[in-house]
Amino acid sequence: MADAMEQLYQQVILDHSRARSGEGELESAHGSSFQVNPTCGDECTVQVRLEGGKLETVAWAGRGCSISQASLSIMHEMLDGEHLQRADELGDLFRELMHGRGKELAAAKQEDLEDLSAFTGVAKYPARIKCALLGWAALKDALAQARA
Amino acid sequence: MIDIERIRADFPLLDREVRDGKRLVYLDTGATSQKPRQVIEAERHFYEHTNAAVHRGAHAVAEEATEAYEAARTAVAEFVGAEFDELVWAKNATEGLNLVAYGFLNATLNARMGRSSAGEEQFVLAEGDEIVVTELEHHANLVPWQELAAKTGAQLRWIGVTDEGRLNPDDFDVIGEKTRILAFTHASNVTGAITPVEEIVRRAQAAGAFTVLDACQSAAHLPVDLHQLGVDFAAFSGHKMLAPTGIGALYGRRELLEALPPFLTGGSMVELVTMESTSFMPPPQRFEAGTQMVAQAAGFHAAVDYLSEVGMEAFAAHEQKLTQRLLDGIAEVPGVRVLGPQDAHDRLAVVAFEVEGVHPHDVGQVLDDAGIAVRVGHHCAQPVHRRLGVHASARASAGVHTTEAEIDAFIEGLHRVRSFFGAAEGRS
Repeated sequence: MADAMEQLYQQVILDHSRARSGEGELESAHGSSFQVNPTCGDECTVQVRLEGGKLETVAWAGRGCSISQASLSIMHEMLDGEHLQRADELGDLFRELMHGRGKELAAAKQEDLEDLSAFTGVAKYPARIKCALLGWAALKDALAQARA
Repeated sequence: MIDIERIRADFPLLDREVRDGKRLVYLDTGATSQKPRQVIEAERHFYEHTNAAVHRGAHAVAEEATEAYEAARTAVAEFVGAEFDELVWAKNATEGLNLVAYGFLNATLNARMGRSSAGEEQFVLAEGDEIVVTELEHHANLVPWQELAAKTGAQLRWIGVTDEGRLNPDDFDVIGEKTRILAFTHASNVTGAITPVEEIVRRAQAAGAFTVLDACQSAAHLPVDLHQLGVDFAAFSGHKMLAPTGIGALYGRRELLEALPPFLTGGSMVELVTMESTSFMPPPQRFEAGTQMVAQAAGFHAAVDYLSEVGMEAFAAHEQKLTQRLLDGIAEVPGVRVLGPQDAHDRLAVVAFEVEGVHPHDVGQVLDDAGIAVRVGHHCAQPVHRRLGVHASARASAGVHTTEAEIDAFIEGLHRVRSFFGAAEGRS
């Protein structure tokens, strides 16, 4: 297999697309957002519960390609129980990465992305950027609802 | 027999490389076809020699432009077994199908306002009327009818699909005396299944219903004779049959086009305009409001000339061999399911499939890395995907330039997809 595919499908992405951390449904959510990628019909729901300035719980359900599912799984691993500020910042940082045409961000930012830095290569493929960002659009919307 | 190497030499784009020097294997003709240089040259020639407004102005170039525009109409009409004045230009099949649906809606609205023109009554819809479509339809031949039903009070019904991806003959009984319109595809852009048009038309005629055929896939791949098929309306897109984007056509039986109210109104489609009212031109001009896609019509002309020279019978025979090779090849890749008939009989080389455990986007990505272009997604046909138990699929579709070696490269690519995504982990 050519290097380009290994660059795109980093092991952490493949692993998370199978492990699907945080997949499930919350009984009582403060915010919930359903998002669809109209080109392929992929969809996801992200639900959040807030507690004392923290994202107490985030859960997701959905179907889609390895990129979109891994992105959701990593989101859960990195943000479940985290401060809301971290959730907001990480979302913005990830969007910045995905709109960077495959270029790495400054070293400190790239480090801050932790496992999400594995998506750097995805940003080289315009058709896949939406896949990576689908869950994060749902998170942003769910958080906005929860705070309203 | 067709001379495939000679044909390939006519398609400049096939020469290009993608993804770090890989030779392009274009298996996405079902979405849009590549263009032979004859078509590109015809459009270029029009702009360099003949460009002027058509059907207006009396200067020499305007005359020639009008001639080119109308000669294209005659050629395309002849290609699908119709007369020149039965063929209306539209920007694509979607617009052609909407033209018919809105014709019915406008006739219904005109009747409510007591302003029907002669012959329009036949298109008036009311509650209790039924519009029949099929579960195989591309959204372009489904959504306009859903909308028409909702706006007129008619009921939308449909013919279902078998597990094999063909229209279910058991459902043909849904066509009955309440059926006013029967809109159906000639060939599915997902399952590749070719519809038994004659039988459906016979039933529609017995029920007194109008037939509307989506000929988008068929006109590009099969010999099509609309008069012989006996449908009332048919639509197809130029860009799927070697012609430029931006042009398609709607066929309508002459007496129906003469009575159908216009869809778009404005310049070029009128006779006499006062501040109070307007009289319309006869068809086909009645349906061609505003400045038309003239250079594209010249390209469309060159495209049907090209296809005629190859010979649609010969092309269809070549394609059937490719279909067989595709199906045989896929059958040997474990964990790959074809969404559609498993044999090449009454079927186009449009083959949608799913790879177990691998999302279509990921399938397409790994194929793309090898230079193989396929379509991924729902191909504008969500209901048939749902019916076949998937949300999306990958789809390989062949064109007049497709070789057996390219099919083999695609099959090889499918094996690579499986190994890359770890089919070895027991998810075969």
